[in-house]
Amino acid sequence: MATENRDKEEEEVKTDDGSPKIKPRPIVQLGIFLISHSPVFSVVFSAAGVMALLLLPLLAKNTYISENALMPGSARSMLSHRDVSDGSKLVNDIKSFRLNHEGQGVEVQRLIGNYMLEMGAEVSYQKFQPEGNHFHPLHFFSGPASYTNLGNVSCAAYGVNVAGIIRAPRGDGKESIVLVTPYDFLNGGDYEALSLGIASSLFSLLARVTWLSKDIIWLVADSRYGDYRPVAAWLTEYHTPSFEVSDLSKCDELNPSDSFRRAGTVAAALVVKVDGRSERFEDTLSIYAEASNGQMPNLDLINVVNYLAVHRQGFYVKVEKVVSLLSSSWLKTVGEIFEAVGKVARSLNPDWKFGIPAADYLEGSATLASSLYSQALGIPTGPHGAFRDYQVDAITLKVSPRFPPDSKGRQHEFCLRGAQLLEGTIRSVNNLLEKFHQSFFLYLLTSPGKFISVGVYMIAFALLVAPLPMVAASLYIDGCTTQNPAENLKSWKWLDAAKQVFALHLLGFIVTLLPYLICQVPGEQSPTNRSIIWATTSSSLLLITFVTVPGCSPFSSRLHGTNWAVLKSVTISAAFIGLCLMSIINFATAEIGALLLVPMCLMVRPIRPDLRSRRVKSLVRALCSMVLVTIGFPVMFFAISKGLIGEGLVGLGLGGEFWTWLESLWAWKSATYLYIGMVHLPCWLLCLCILFHPS
Amino acid sequence: MARTVIPLLILQSFLLAIAFGSNEVEEEFSESLLLKPLPDRKVLAHFHFENRAPPSNSHGRHHHLFPKAISQLVQKFRVKEMELSFTQGRWNHEHWGGSDTLSSMNAKPVGVELWAVFDVPRSEVDTSWKNLTHALSGLFCASINFLESSTSYAAPTWGFGRSSDKLRYGSLPREAVCTENLTPWLKLLPCRDKDGISALMNRPSVYRGFYHSQRLHLSMVDSGMLLEQSLTVVLQPDTVYDGKDLQPSWSLSSLFGRKVVGKCVLAKSSNVYLQMEGLAHPEAHTLLKNEEFELSIKPDRTLRETSSVLFIFDIDKSSDSEPFDLSLTWKLPSKWSCQQAPLHASRFLMGSGNERGAIAILLKATESQDKLSGKDITNGGHCRVKANVFQIFPWYVKVYYHTLQIFVDQQQNTSSEVLKKINVSPSADKMSSGMMEMMLELPCEVKSVAISIEYDKGFLHIDEYPPDANQGFDIPSALISFPDHHASLDFKEELSTLPLLSKFKDKSLVRSYTEVLLVPLTTPDFSMPYNVITITCTVFALYFGSLLNALRRRIGEEERFLKSKGKKTGGLKQLLSRFTAKIRGRPVESPSSEPTAAAQSSVLSSKLLFKIILVAGVAAAWQYFSTDK
Repeated sequence: MATENRDKEEEEVKTDDGSPKIKPRPIVQLGIFLISHSPVFSVVFSAAGVMALLLLPLLAKNTYISENALMPGSARSMLSHRDVSDGSKLVNDIKSFRLNHEGQGVEVQRLIGNYMLEMGAEVSYQKFQPEGNHFHPLHFFSGPASYTNLGNVSCAAYGVNVAGIIRAPRGDGKESIVLVTPYDFLNGGDYEALSLGIASSLFSLLARVTWLSKDIIWLVADSRYGDYRPVAAWLTEYHTPSFEVSDLSKCDELNPSDSFRRAGTVAAALVVKVDGRSERFEDTLSIYAEASNGQMPNLDLINVVNYLAVHRQGFYVKVEKVVSLLSSSWLKTVGEIFEAVGKVARSLNPDWKFGIPAADYLEGSATLASSLYSQALGIPTGPHGAFRDYQVDAITLKVSPRFPPDSKGRQHEFCLRGAQLLEGTIRSVNNLLEKFHQSFFLYLLTSPGKFISVGVYMIAFALLVAPLPMVAASLYIDGCTTQNPAENLKSWKWLDAAKQVFALHLLGFIVTLLPYLICQVPGEQSPTNRSIIWATTSSSLLLITFVTVPGCSPFSSRLHGTNWAVLKSVTISAAFIGLCLMSIINFATAEIGALLLVPMCLMVRPIRPDLRSRRVKSLVRALCSMVLVTIGFPVMFFAISKGLIGEGLVGLGLGGEFWTWLESLWAWKSATYLYIGMVHLPCWLLCLCILFHPS
Repeated sequence: MARTVIPLLILQSFLLAIAFGSNEVEEEFSESLLLKPLPDRKVLAHFHFENRAPPSNSHGRHHHLFPKAISQLVQKFRVKEMELSFTQGRWNHEHWGGSDTLSSMNAKPVGVELWAVFDVPRSEVDTSWKNLTHALSGLFCASINFLESSTSYAAPTWGFGRSSDKLRYGSLPREAVCTENLTPWLKLLPCRDKDGISALMNRPSVYRGFYHSQRLHLSMVDSGMLLEQSLTVVLQPDTVYDGKDLQPSWSLSSLFGRKVVGKCVLAKSSNVYLQMEGLAHPEAHTLLKNEEFELSIKPDRTLRETSSVLFIFDIDKSSDSEPFDLSLTWKLPSKWSCQQAPLHASRFLMGSGNERGAIAILLKATESQDKLSGKDITNGGHCRVKANVFQIFPWYVKVYYHTLQIFVDQQQNTSSEVLKKINVSPSADKMSSGMMEMMLELPCEVKSVAISIEYDKGFLHIDEYPPDANQGFDIPSALISFPDHHASLDFKEELSTLPLLSKFKDKSLVRSYTEVLLVPLTTPDFSMPYNVITITCTVFALYFGSLLNALRRRIGEEERFLKSKGKKTGGLKQLLSRFTAKIRGRPVESPSSEPTAAAQSSVLSSKLLFKIILVAGVAAAWQYFSTDK
């Protein structure tokens, strides 16, 4: 729209060349200026976009607790050694029980349930089934629906969750806080049992205290079918129960009077896991926050945990980072350059403090990359993701003790500190009389104590996509003016190109939905086979499109074919719209997508004239567009990123691997899948068309 | 303290004597306290004060014992019956009882609940209600006046248990209850909390309890006005855990931190009751001491009921030197369970998101149902349990009544089988709240009943949001009552002299309130309008400006106009141009000379660039100098 206006006005200016007095207004001037110098500006803007992305670790701000009511750490911990020894007793009981009783059953659950009952909690058991991946195209963006798969319920495989509820003595029961400890009742290790010890210590304290204003739910999730599924099943039962008789109740090991219990709207949730031994000298606490589609919990929740863990309990707090980046030399060089620039700036003015040490920069960018990647993937990084579907702020805390699991004395101290951390967090959330709303929801973490808010990281993306409309406009003008000056209806020239773009986008949409049909193919198919089916159907569809829609094919005759400049202009406009829409849904996906798509769209030109001219500049340009288009192919990019991580894959194995990856995306309802199918793939095809355009 | 009070009291009683002399029908006040150990190691204390006044014309406008404020309420608003309760905490139906008189009368929903029946023409009921809420609001230091708005109260027809078309009901779940509400309530008592049983009400110990509910019930009876005030507290006795499963031992002084030093001299009767449930050998407990527990004071009377034993103590004998400090010491571990209502009700919200959801009420059969169901055999031998559900929906919860689903024992039921009667009054946006009354008739052997109804969340007007960020909006408790079940204590003795017990002997409806629900509504970002206004204004200005320009400007005409003007430039303008040319030191540019478009645009762009650089430079310099200081 805007570009069109600009075009028209520019045309007007050109037609009115004769009179010097009519100056176009400044905004139009600026537009004309940008469009006429679009090659320069697109290079400048894209470089600035990449630069801004690299600068992000420098621009990270320290986190701060925004909501005053949280008051973390202001109350003295009330946790006593008796509570902790109660917790340790539970751990030991479970260990000895599992040593003596081999096999299935729900006896361990019962044991935990009895402990909860003794503490004065209300206990309920919940049975759930492991669930396969269901791909349904309509389930994207839909809420957590309770699609019950009636029928094939097997009593052989189901898990049992235990939930204990402490009612706040004087509370009104409208809100609750959930504490989740995943535990594999069949083959959970010693470390995992420690998380039960921590939670149990805390629970026995919370059963006594009088300051509670929200009910506390302790959910021991049966993680034999993964961490996520039991929590999601419990939440489904909590929020959308089915009142019909369920088949699971028939395969009964628990008496039916254990009805499901609830406690008001969930205000916040904490998932606690103990896994593995810490590599560092201190006990390590890792925070996982990313939920589906890059949604994040309120930053205040992370802040509270981070504050308490660092300043009260002395944990080493970390968030996930891309380890391979830590050793990358080019990033180190960039960090050193920034450090040097920062030093120079500080020597000029001591108030300019934007330089950070290169090591910090390296850490920050590795964390940032991981943060971007997890958000872009759109797959939750832990069981907390299930809560986000119900608009509950939740994080997963993974604690790694520094001692081996069998040292008793250390274990007591570890449980005490872990429980104190949770107590402080729960107390802070308990103080809150409102929903989490004060702090950020859109942010990227560069360390547990540093974040980049949406206002800052938007800049990189905005700079990256800014050249697209400019280049589109200038190409359109070029395409309209240079060829066929005799043609009258030049303003409708884009219609042919738009038809082609639309056809390919439609194709992308169909290709996106194909896996649903492929999954319906009877028989057990290996991922490789499925990917082959998918690839063949997609390419045959592509051929059909080329044949049926006139002017679509790059191989069609010159008369039918549209002007490549106009085609590129419309392609770029479509990519621009797609990227902007995606940035609203999942910013990180759009950012990474823009990094791939923007250079490809800007660089691509018909390869034939370049090859024919045989000049070095043209050849380099042709090579560049070839390389970019090759990388832009989703499968190729997947293979390259796999190769960077270190898993080299070639041939059909790659297809299977890619299929599995995509399957995980749609199973988690990630919008990234839709982006790849409906924005990236059509744009890539169009770029391919332009590359082989017969002009 | 006591020294100053006593002469005053003597004077008062003297005055009273004069009053009694002149009137035949007298005003009566009685106080009593019921203590009851609960199965979950807590103790329930139920204070009950009863104030009777003869019909007002016999006294004129004056009262001796009856609080004047209340009688004025009655006169002014023609209140026939009224109940106001302030509650904090939740009644635990499983452990504290669900079907006895005490729980069905005193288990109240969180916050404030008010209902009143008026003796005015039907058209004036709403006006009287509104005035009453304001009067009570002032009287009890509470925001009862919020019940004035028509969106917060309802007029139940039969679901509330009282059939009257002049009944109004409203509740405020969010009201915080504290000592500021208790003080005005105590002021209605003749001895306040200075003397008698009410002296036990030590604020810290009352508000430390797990549940407390202060209630005021006013009714017009044949013999005049009857005002009942009761305070129900559930306390946790401080005990050291001794490893044995003994119930905690307690005394009045350990529970309340105070002792009773004599009765309120204005009270006609002043008793303390101790109700013991689930004793192993009820017949042996007339003794003061037995192997199960021990009482510090010998009861004056002992009453037996089907499931419990009641010890009655008269506190007349206590004095400053010998305070009444009842204590109970357990010797053997004992376990019992309370009588439960036939069905245990719980209510919860379903769904997620800010758009829609559903409310579900789950009724679960309790263990006591089999015992009670014997009473309900109607004709045909079918045993049925009746349950009434009464529920108010605020208007922002837009309930779709056609989505009502009833599941009996996990099977969807066509409504007519169990749903005998339903009365629905839909809500009107910002005008009135919705109300639903349902009568269910369930088979006795029913295990669970689930009722679900869907709703859409409404949008509030900007000034209807609370001023601060909020956690959500409340849906008041639903009331489940069982019309065929009546709670009463079955005493053989005649007890008209003991007001609390005679009240317990009367049959009362078994009822239970469900939880208050919290609905998170869409909360707009209130700074958003500012951003939106700024952005939309900018966009509109740009759009309309360029549109008007494009429509209105005739470029050809302007061009011609300019050209013609260029030829006929006035003398003054030429002078000016010459002057500027002289200053610049350039030859005079003739207006007709036309540089090429390309040159023009390049000059323009370089000028523009220069301007941009200049502005940036100035900004940088300003930034530099301003931050330096």
